[in-house]
Amino acid sequence: MRVADNLNAALHGVLGDDPRAYLLGEDILDPYGGAFKITRGLSGRFPGRVLGTPISENAITGLATGLALAGDTAIVEIMFADFVALAFDQIYNCASKSVTMFGSRLPMRLVVRCPSGGGRGYGPTHSQSPMKHFIGMPGLALYEMSPLHDNRAVFAEMLERAQPCLFFEDKVLYTRRMYDVPSPFRWEADGGVARVWLDERPDCVIVAPGGMVPRALEAMRSLLLESEISCALVVPSRLYPFTAEVPAARAVVVAEESTAGGTWGSEVAQVLHRRLWGSLRRPVTQVSSRDSVIPAAAHLERDVIVDADDIRRAVKEALRD
Amino acid sequence: MNCAPADLEAMLMIRHFELALLDLFARGELGGTTHTCLGQEYVPVAMTPLLGPHDHVFSNHRGHGHYLARFGDPHGLLAEIMGREGAICGGVGGSQHIRREGYLSTGVQGESLPLAAGSALHLKRTWPGALACAYIGDGTWGQGAVYETLNIAALWKLPLLVVVEHNGIAQSTPASAHLAGDIAGRAAAFGVRHVSVGSLEVGEIRRALEPLVAGVRLGEPLVAEFVTHRLGPHSKGDDTRDPADVARIPDWHARYETLDGFAAMDSAARELVATVVADVAARPPVRREEA
Repeated sequence: MRVADNLNAALHGVLGDDPRAYLLGEDILDPYGGAFKITRGLSGRFPGRVLGTPISENAITGLATGLALAGDTAIVEIMFADFVALAFDQIYNCASKSVTMFGSRLPMRLVVRCPSGGGRGYGPTHSQSPMKHFIGMPGLALYEMSPLHDNRAVFAEMLERAQPCLFFEDKVLYTRRMYDVPSPFRWEADGGVARVWLDERPDCVIVAPGGMVPRALEAMRSLLLESEISCALVVPSRLYPFTAEVPAARAVVVAEESTAGGTWGSEVAQVLHRRLWGSLRRPVTQVSSRDSVIPAAAHLERDVIVDADDIRRAVKEALRD
Repeated sequence: MNCAPADLEAMLMIRHFELALLDLFARGELGGTTHTCLGQEYVPVAMTPLLGPHDHVFSNHRGHGHYLARFGDPHGLLAEIMGREGAICGGVGGSQHIRREGYLSTGVQGESLPLAAGSALHLKRTWPGALACAYIGDGTWGQGAVYETLNIAALWKLPLLVVVEHNGIAQSTPASAHLAGDIAGRAAAFGVRHVSVGSLEVGEIRRALEPLVAGVRLGEPLVAEFVTHRLGPHSKGDDTRDPADVARIPDWHARYETLDGFAAMDSAARELVATVVADVAARPPVRREEA
């Protein structure tokens, strides 16, 4: 099954199970079914609860917040994650704060879906991975879609958390197959964290969000076959707060697609340094895209966006001593 | 001119509550900031009986009157503003961030309109006939969220009532410097009904609004624009207007003075608020409930 189909099934599941659930977004109605076709079949099956909206990210997100404040379940599709900037006030000053700023905890079921990432030549304003701008907001949790996590379970967890969540969906995953892990690696997903490994004592642990999984696996495979380096991969479904267990291997690498500077990887490194400082041989290595806007031309975009080779080089560098 | 005693009582209580806040600030007993609704007290008092128990009210930074008119709870509000035990929102929200069943205020201009639209969508399905009412100011019309929301409310036929307290000044900026055209024209652009309310008499205001509000309940959004006046500063003592000009502003309080028994009710309201202040000020600080 493709990741897009798994996500579509998850949305069908949420709306089917919860009569209070709404889905709002631009161009999400059939027959178009969303810019990435993730909402196919939903508007016909759930009329009145799947609502195609004007181009108004701020109002849509606020409207969904209003539904969540009234006890409904609201899912918003932001067409491109870049546009979530237009909803920043509602997320930062309203939705996230509403969980606690009225004195006692106010449960809110609100998920804002953000198709993110580059690699498709969409250029500077349709290719970004803006997770870093939302890290550390009280009341807000960040999740990322992964080919190793069933989206139905991830949505159940986000809604069970009863606080606003951003759900980032790396667009290149949509056409990938679920659970596609090459041999000889083994994998498991447990409690929201997926792990891929070969042996119990890897040379290096790579921590990466879902969108990086195909690139991390490609790097792990070539490191194994060409350099006999054994890596394990840790993929947390929830990016923030970051609580995933990470073993202290000889090297720990955090890989993400965000452009460099003030990133999720920095947050992870800080958490791991506090947790593992005594047993780490060297600081956590961060791999991210270059500090640059994301160019449209394919060859220029490739230069900026992190790929399997960047991860492979970073692992070898981290293990050099 | 006539006025039901309960209405006058509510208006006077709000007036003295706001005056007491300015007094507490002047004496250094209140910190932070607060925005009083002096001059506008009659607006929420006029609106309250037009709103039912299932209606949702969204308030703004200048919201004490909205809260007091709906709940008649000066103790809870003052405790919230002073951070004392009995605070409605545990002292976390303060003057501008209040939530109670069917009521919510936020401190960012224009932020509440999309929320109100969400509430209206919720109510349309769960309580047909109920509405969401959002109080905003003239300055709020500088925010894009207002237009995004009017567009959606008109398209989706949401039971949304926007009450505009047009007091002619946004903090220190007069409407002539922040509002091109007028609010009626902006509502008309979305095909949203608009009514201008110039009266200071609550009975007259209600009679004019009642049939229009009934239409909101059927899914016809309405912008009810009150021509009103801010007698006090934006916040505490920051008024840059010429005091002589402020003195010429029409004040409902002066207009209602001719009513029988006004002086006694005014004194009673002042005393009530003084008792509330003494009671709440003597309470211990509210403790943070881990949320």
